[in-house]
Amino acid sequence: MENRATETAEPVLAVSDLNVEILGEAGSFPVVSEMSLSVRSGETVCIVGESGCGKSMTALSLLRLLPDSARIASGSVRIHGEDFLAMDQRHVEDFRGDKIAMIFQEPLTALNPVLTIGEQIAESVRQHRKAGKREAFARAVKCLEMVQMPDPERRARQYPHELSGGMRQRAMIALALACEPKIIVADEPTTALDVTVQAQILGLISDLQKRLGTAQILITHDLGVVAEIADRVIVMYAGRRVEECSVYELFDNPIHPYTIGLMGAVPHRGDPNAASERLTDIPGTVPPLWDLPKGCAFAPRCPGASARCLEERPPFIEKKPGHFAACWEHDNV
Amino acid sequence: MSDGASSPLLAVENLKVHFAIRAGILQQRVGEVKAVDGVSFSINAGETLGLVGESGCGKSTTGLALMGLVKATDGRIAMKGAEDVTQMRSVPKSHRRRMQIIFQDPFSSLNPRQRVRDIIRAPLDIHGIGTAEERRAEVAKLISLVGLRADQADNFPHQFSGGQRQRIGIARALALKPDIIVCDEPVSALDVSVQAQILNLLADLQKELGLSYLFISHDLGVVEHVSHRVAVMYLGKIVETGSKRAIFSKPLHPYSELLLRSAPSHDPHNRHRFSAVSDDIPSATRKPTGCAFHTRCPLATDICRQIEPVLEQKADGQSAACHHR
Repeated sequence: MENRATETAEPVLAVSDLNVEILGEAGSFPVVSEMSLSVRSGETVCIVGESGCGKSMTALSLLRLLPDSARIASGSVRIHGEDFLAMDQRHVEDFRGDKIAMIFQEPLTALNPVLTIGEQIAESVRQHRKAGKREAFARAVKCLEMVQMPDPERRARQYPHELSGGMRQRAMIALALACEPKIIVADEPTTALDVTVQAQILGLISDLQKRLGTAQILITHDLGVVAEIADRVIVMYAGRRVEECSVYELFDNPIHPYTIGLMGAVPHRGDPNAASERLTDIPGTVPPLWDLPKGCAFAPRCPGASARCLEERPPFIEKKPGHFAACWEHDNV
Repeated sequence: MSDGASSPLLAVENLKVHFAIRAGILQQRVGEVKAVDGVSFSINAGETLGLVGESGCGKSTTGLALMGLVKATDGRIAMKGAEDVTQMRSVPKSHRRRMQIIFQDPFSSLNPRQRVRDIIRAPLDIHGIGTAEERRAEVAKLISLVGLRADQADNFPHQFSGGQRQRIGIARALALKPDIIVCDEPVSALDVSVQAQILNLLADLQKELGLSYLFISHDLGVVEHVSHRVAVMYLGKIVETGSKRAIFSKPLHPYSELLLRSAPSHDPHNRHRFSAVSDDIPSATRKPTGCAFHTRCPLATDICRQIEPVLEQKADGQSAACHHR
């Protein structure tokens, strides 16, 4: 089977033991702790969680695009076997766009407003490939064609504000794909879009991946998007992984109480429980990262928390083949 | 409209909100956006009507116009036991007292300089209800009703999380004991795990107080969960309305079908395999002729391009505006 082949292949991106912290006035605090992940060609890994869980900070770390207020404290990011974090700035810029590229949530702020779509894509092509102006622009039009932009010749000569939200997101995907990177990091690529346009962009992302065989990391808060597009899923809570497994395993046999809580909390189409009046809510709110509880960060909201959960942080371990979770109480079930 | 017991709590007829487009140094009127263009619906006591559609369809403007927060161009609001509002430009205070609103963004809809008890008391002050002592007692009751602690009454909005702020907004909306609450995307700005808390609170309050909701949302999952009846809007018009079961199990309008098809499945075993073909929502300033949906509709024919279909009953309790259904 196709999956078998990819499983044995070398990962194109491997993150291990990544720790990211934010430097605040009152000292620093961690926003991502002990993050590890690997992605192979043709695979889509979704990182899912709520705001403040560290998923976007993880994404930005992968491209070394963290804001000034944050820094990578320790860990490694290997792209095609090369240590990306140890590279000097010039090499980093060679890698970005060429080997690894990013799709942002809000294309209106991520695209340059004073350059046409075509110029922006051509700029990236010229940075990484020996190409003349005309050649690069022709390549830009080809990229827009690839993302099924209607009327690509004309759109290439337009500015971001002249396009609709869906078309802008297509332009950003074209920009990310311009130099055929092997790794794409997409941070909430459909969150700002209407539902009918979201469907088109999700369709586009999976079509392109099938064709180009890129490795994809997709950050989202939406379990519906995860179900549509992921091969493997990492659930994050308060800066840490709490569960990781295949998308089928996650939806069929979730282990962590937070994952189970999230699934019950989201009303969705075709839910057999849609008729019931109450959702199973998760009490309380996400704790602030500078004031995390001592044991398991989810323990204060967890229906099954024991005394041990409040005292000791559970390790992130393999509970059954290919299914990892950080929970003390699961073993007792 | 005066057939006694069977008349709805709220009936809205032919509501229109048109905004002028002005240009040039003289700011002359060069056109208009028909944000809401002849919308009619009714809500019964204790019922939730879900108003669903994509951005720019006019669903929020409809809610704001009902509250008199944007000036409606035309229309009529009839509320059971009250005089009809026909002068849509000035919605009277007596009407607002029976209808309140909860906003999407709990950060910008609360005054950051006011304490929670003052925010919640404001409607009582404005409408001159009760003595100072009675108001204080009422505010305390509301605070516990929405699940906040009594000792939080003196805090400011910034001391609360998004979900707690939305509870403050709900308490303020309940202060006047309204019959209807317009909920304008009340959970869209909240984290997933907190959304469920607020949806449950709204359901509990409806049962306890017999409230009616006009629930405005773009999220089909949420609308299916909360609504009794559903109205689907597209570019300023209601294109389909019916019971929740009818709309979600056998939608008639091709736009309703498209919306339902576009919602992610939540089941990796049954993926949708979405089409990547670009198909954008036309701008409200340049609405297509005839049926506004014809540019995206697989069923569209010449008649759709020329003649605008009217909303008519197609099945028991289900109406759609489509020439082909």
